[in-house]
Amino acid sequence: MTVESTAARGTTRSSGKRTAAKTPAKKAPAKRKAAQPTAPAAPAQPELVQLLTPEGERVEHPDYAIDLSPDELRGLYRDMVLTRRFDAEATSLQRQGELGLWASLLGQEAAQIGSGRALRDDDYVFPTYREHGVAWCRGVDPANLLGMFRGVNNGGWDPNSNNFHLYTIVIGSQTLHATGYAMGVSKDGADSAVVAYFGDGASSQGDVAEAFTFAAVYNAPVVFFCQNNQWAISEPTEKQSRVPIYQRAAGYGFPGVRVDGNDVLAVLAVTRAALEHARSGQGPMLVEAFTYRMGAHTTSDDPTRYRTDGERAAWEAKDPIQRLRAYLEAEGLADEAFFAGLEEESEELGRGVREKIRTMPDPDTMAIFENAYADGHALIDEERAQFAEYLASFADDPADSAAERGN
Amino acid sequence: MAAAKSSGQLPIAKAINESLRSALEADPKVLVMGEDVGKLGGVFRVTDGLQKDFGEDRVIDTPLAESGIIGTAIGLALRGYRPVAEIQFDGFVFPAYDQIVTQLAKMHARALGKVRLPVVIRIPYGGGIGAVEHHSESPEALFAHVAGLKCVSPSNASDAYWMMRQAIESDDPVIFFEPKRRYWDKAAVDTSAIPAPLHRARVAREGGDLTLAAYGPMVKTCLEAAAAAEEEGRSLEVVDLRSISPIDFDTVQRSVEKTGRLVIVHEAPVFLGAGAEIAARITERSFYHLEAPVLRVGGFHAPYPPARLEEEYLPGLDRVLDAVDRALAY
Repeated sequence: MTVESTAARGTTRSSGKRTAAKTPAKKAPAKRKAAQPTAPAAPAQPELVQLLTPEGERVEHPDYAIDLSPDELRGLYRDMVLTRRFDAEATSLQRQGELGLWASLLGQEAAQIGSGRALRDDDYVFPTYREHGVAWCRGVDPANLLGMFRGVNNGGWDPNSNNFHLYTIVIGSQTLHATGYAMGVSKDGADSAVVAYFGDGASSQGDVAEAFTFAAVYNAPVVFFCQNNQWAISEPTEKQSRVPIYQRAAGYGFPGVRVDGNDVLAVLAVTRAALEHARSGQGPMLVEAFTYRMGAHTTSDDPTRYRTDGERAAWEAKDPIQRLRAYLEAEGLADEAFFAGLEEESEELGRGVREKIRTMPDPDTMAIFENAYADGHALIDEERAQFAEYLASFADDPADSAAERGN
Repeated sequence: MAAAKSSGQLPIAKAINESLRSALEADPKVLVMGEDVGKLGGVFRVTDGLQKDFGEDRVIDTPLAESGIIGTAIGLALRGYRPVAEIQFDGFVFPAYDQIVTQLAKMHARALGKVRLPVVIRIPYGGGIGAVEHHSESPEALFAHVAGLKCVSPSNASDAYWMMRQAIESDDPVIFFEPKRRYWDKAAVDTSAIPAPLHRARVAREGGDLTLAAYGPMVKTCLEAAAAAEEEGRSLEVVDLRSISPIDFDTVQRSVEKTGRLVIVHEAPVFLGAGAEIAARITERSFYHLEAPVLRVGGFHAPYPPARLEEEYLPGLDRVLDAVDRALAY
């Protein structure tokens, strides 16, 4: 067993000191095994694909290889740093009252950048509401992501301009949209692939089960990318599943693989393989990126009520950005000037986002009535006209009108 | 193809079949999908022969999962297709209710108009066929209440043909309620006619004493009631609403301002049903024209009863005429 095993996590959390077991099982001390007899019907040992250890050492995997240029490696590092910076800025903006809510991706940068950078332009992404790193890879303006959290719209970007669908808040719904879209890709004879992002909590949703079924039956070119960040608000993964999530794919007849979600190289390699699997007509594949939500579920959440500092510390030692930096430095692939330049770029990004949010105008009142229907609707037309007339009735003499209303 | 250009008498089920066929022929993006719609042709044979002629790629037998049907239809629509999804029976739509309400209805607005969801959901609905539980319900108000959806229900074969074509051409999601107990009722269908707008009501019978407003399966009941009333010297106007979202209040208003009395009839429970909304609107619009309170005839606030009781539960000729008597007594 590894400490990453879903079934083992109960014991892991109780001690809060399992930091040593951050590599796959083979390296875990033997006494570990004795410490985990509580899990009934323990699943087969999950094989965690890893290409970069938490200490930043390159390791090989028999099934997944990757060979990246120094530029590409630095690019991945830059993506993760900027994504984290943007995320931190958004959290600050929420604290300052500029956003109503923020769902931080802190800790999941490798899972998102690794998968996002595996995509081709013609691939299509169906995100949850936390895929800020994937959005970054798709070229979505970070400020666009903030509109819904500020409350000026419910998304609002054009999904087709970056092949990045709107954030979906209802858990798991988008996996069916992704599957349907992928069925359409097949009908069109295209060789694009579709990625459905979802989480460990969503894996319990019926829609996800139905998406797996439809994708399998129609051999749809969709990659189900599950970021298992260990927590669905306050519920740990063992409240969602008795087996490691990636193993569920077998029951539907397609492959599943668990990858170290804090290892950007492994995520990139595994997602590339899964996309190729889909593109080449072999149908769906499930990728479980084993990662950790370092922050709260959202800015409204208080994780101290349900998890220990020790657990967080254990995962901090597996930080996705630190490990790539360690590798870049050890191999001499990036110098001080690179890191300093990136620091400056990060601050610039933060400043730009802050400026855009603070000057983001509220929508016009009459926007309430816009876009409910594509072809119009008589009732909305009537209500719009009545409401406009009502608002106009205050225009002449605001003081009198307010008095009439009893204000 | 079998469709005669100016076909003779067709039952509603066949009219919808011809409509789907013509839509599949006219636009390669149109898809038909649902449980048993392919080889079997649907449990009511509405899609009979379509898979044979258009192939499994366009007439798709789906897994038995309603949320999956609608969720993948949404994805297909996002890819540029125009899916016509069948929910086999009214009472089985609820696993898909989440996808319909939270996704299908709202996605166009969520995208600030940048995506369109031309999805039609066909639902055979209503009672009167002696079925087991979950096969006789009228849930249209649950959908009409949701902004972003449009809801229609034809009462005759000609409307069934044309309204289906128009629903498929609509860029908005349309829930198409098919009056299953009228599937076999025949009427002339002119497939070369110019149809009325999808959401416009139609005066199905002219009269001067009272307006009956109905849609779907109850239009026939109301026409029969009007014929019976005529023998008693009463002249009833019947308005076939055809659309439940939006509702063509103008046509109802015109009729009521002529007759002064309104009775609304539907199979769905009266409480918070379409009739309640029509009563409120017409009272507001035509208060000084009304000679009597607006009355409603419909289902009770009880689960749809077992088949042996459905004749008592469903509004029939006598219950409609009872309401007419009460309205005329004012």
